[in-house]
Amino acid sequence: MSSERPPALLAALAIVGVAFFILPLAGLLARAPWQSALGELTTPEALTALRLSFVISLAATALALLLGVPLAWIYARVPFRGRDLIRALTTLPMILPPVVGGVALLFAFGRRGLFGQALDAIGIRLPFTTFGAILAATFVAMPLLVLTVEAGLRSMDRRYEDAARTLGAGRWIVFRRVTLPLIAPSVFAGAVLCWARALGEFGATITFAGNLPGTTQTLPLAVYIALETRPEVAIMLSVVLLAVSLAILVAMRDRYLRAF
Amino acid sequence: MRGVLAIALLLTACVSPSRTETPQITDVTVFAGSSLTDAFARAGDDFTKTNTRVRFIFNFGSSSTLATQITNGAPADVFASADEANMQKVLDAGLAKSPRTFASNELQIAVPTGNPKRIAGLADLARPDIVLVLAAPTVPAGKYALEALAKAGVTARPVSQEVDVRAVLNKVSLGEADAGIVYVTDVRSAAARVAGVAIPDQQQVVARYPIAVVKGAKDPQLAGQFIDYLTSPEGQKILAGFGFSRP
Repeated sequence: MSSERPPALLAALAIVGVAFFILPLAGLLARAPWQSALGELTTPEALTALRLSFVISLAATALALLLGVPLAWIYARVPFRGRDLIRALTTLPMILPPVVGGVALLFAFGRRGLFGQALDAIGIRLPFTTFGAILAATFVAMPLLVLTVEAGLRSMDRRYEDAARTLGAGRWIVFRRVTLPLIAPSVFAGAVLCWARALGEFGATITFAGNLPGTTQTLPLAVYIALETRPEVAIMLSVVLLAVSLAILVAMRDRYLRAF
Repeated sequence: MRGVLAIALLLTACVSPSRTETPQITDVTVFAGSSLTDAFARAGDDFTKTNTRVRFIFNFGSSSTLATQITNGAPADVFASADEANMQKVLDAGLAKSPRTFASNELQIAVPTGNPKRIAGLADLARPDIVLVLAAPTVPAGKYALEALAKAGVTARPVSQEVDVRAVLNKVSLGEADAGIVYVTDVRSAAARVAGVAIPDQQQVVARYPIAVVKGAKDPQLAGQFIDYLTSPEGQKILAGFGFSRP
C-alpha cells in the first residue's frame, strides 16, 4: 500500500474527526484521581460492580457461544427461505437502541410479558435478577459473535471437511473435529468482541433487569449512579472500562476489520 | 467563490424577513425533577398563552442527574429540584442564587390497579412475597423513601434502585413490581394504571421543591417570570391540579 499526501481539506476534517474521539477520552483521563485510583477502585461499591460485571459478561459470552456458533453454522451452510430476514432479525440488537431491546425483553419475559406469564407461573422470574442481566447482555452482544463466526465459516477451506467425510466421519464428528478447530480463531475473536460488548451493556440491562448493587448493577450502571455522588469512583470505573475496551480493539484490530 | 456567494444569498434570504415579520421567539430551557414532568408541561403551555414569544425546552430527569449536568456546564435557564440538597449543589457551585420553594409533595405507595397483593402500608413492603422497587438512594425520591421506611421502622429489600422516580412508577405500572414508593403526584398521573396506598402522617416525608434561575440564562428576566408564574395563584392552581401541595 503506497502512502500519498491527502488534500488539505480531507486532512483537516480527518484531524477534527480524530479530535472528536480523543478529546472526550482526554477529558475523562484528566479528571481521573490518579493518586487515589486504587482506593477508589477498591471501595466496596466498585468491587461489587467489578465482580458482578465480570460474572455477567462472561456468562453472557458463554451463552452466546452455546447458541451463537450453531446459529452461525446454519447461516453459513444452510440456504433456506427467509435466511436473510432471520439473520437480520437476530443481528438487529447490534444497531437497535439497547433501551428498546430492554423494553422488548420486558414485554416478552417480564412478569406480564408474552412468555413471562408462563415463566412466572412455574416460579421463574427474570427481571431484577442476575440471570435477567445476563440475558440482556447476551441479547445485545451475541450478534457480534454470530457475524464473526459466520464470516470465519464462509472463508474457511472446506476441502478438509470433505476429506473427513470421505474418510467416513459423521456430520457431528466433522463439525467437532474439523470445522471447529479451523474456525477457532474466529470463534475466539467473536467471543472477545461479544464479551467486550456485554461488559459495556447499559440500556437493556437497566430497563429489563433494573439496578441493584450485587445483583444487577454492572459497571456501566455503577458509573451512572456514582457519577452524582461519588464522581471519583465513577471516573475510575470508566477508566477501567476504557482500558479493557481499548486493549480488545487493539488486539483484535485485524480480525475485527476482516469480519465485516 | 460562487459557493460563498450562494451561501451569502441564502443567509440573507433566511434572515432578513424574520427580522421584521415574526416576533423573536426565546427558548427557555427548564431542567426539572422527573416528578414535575406532567405538571410543568401543562404549566409551560399555560404560560405560553400569555407570553407568546417563549418556547419551553424541558429536560426532565432525576434532580441529582440534573444538578450534575448543570454543575458541569449544561445550558439550563431554570432549575427545579425535587429536594433542597440538589439545589444546594448548584448554589454551592455559584450557578444560581436565592431559590424559591414553589411546591411540596408527599409520598405514596404505588401498586398495580386493584392492589392484588393487598398492600396496606409501609410494613407490608417488607413481606417476602412483595417485589419492591425504589428510586436509587442518590435520587431525591429514593432518599425520601428510605426516610419514610426508617420512620416506619421497616427494613425493606428492593429488587431494584431505579434511576428516577418515573422509572419506579413504570416498573409498577408494567406489573413487574408489586409496589414502589413514589410521589402522590406520580400516582395521580398514572391513575389509569396504578393505585396509591396512603402513608400516614407520622411516617410521611414532605418533599419541598426549590426553583431558581441558573446563572448565564439566555433571558434571566423571562426565566424569572416563569418562576413568578409558578408561585402565582394561576400557577399554583395548575400544580394543585396535578396533586402538588402549596410550598
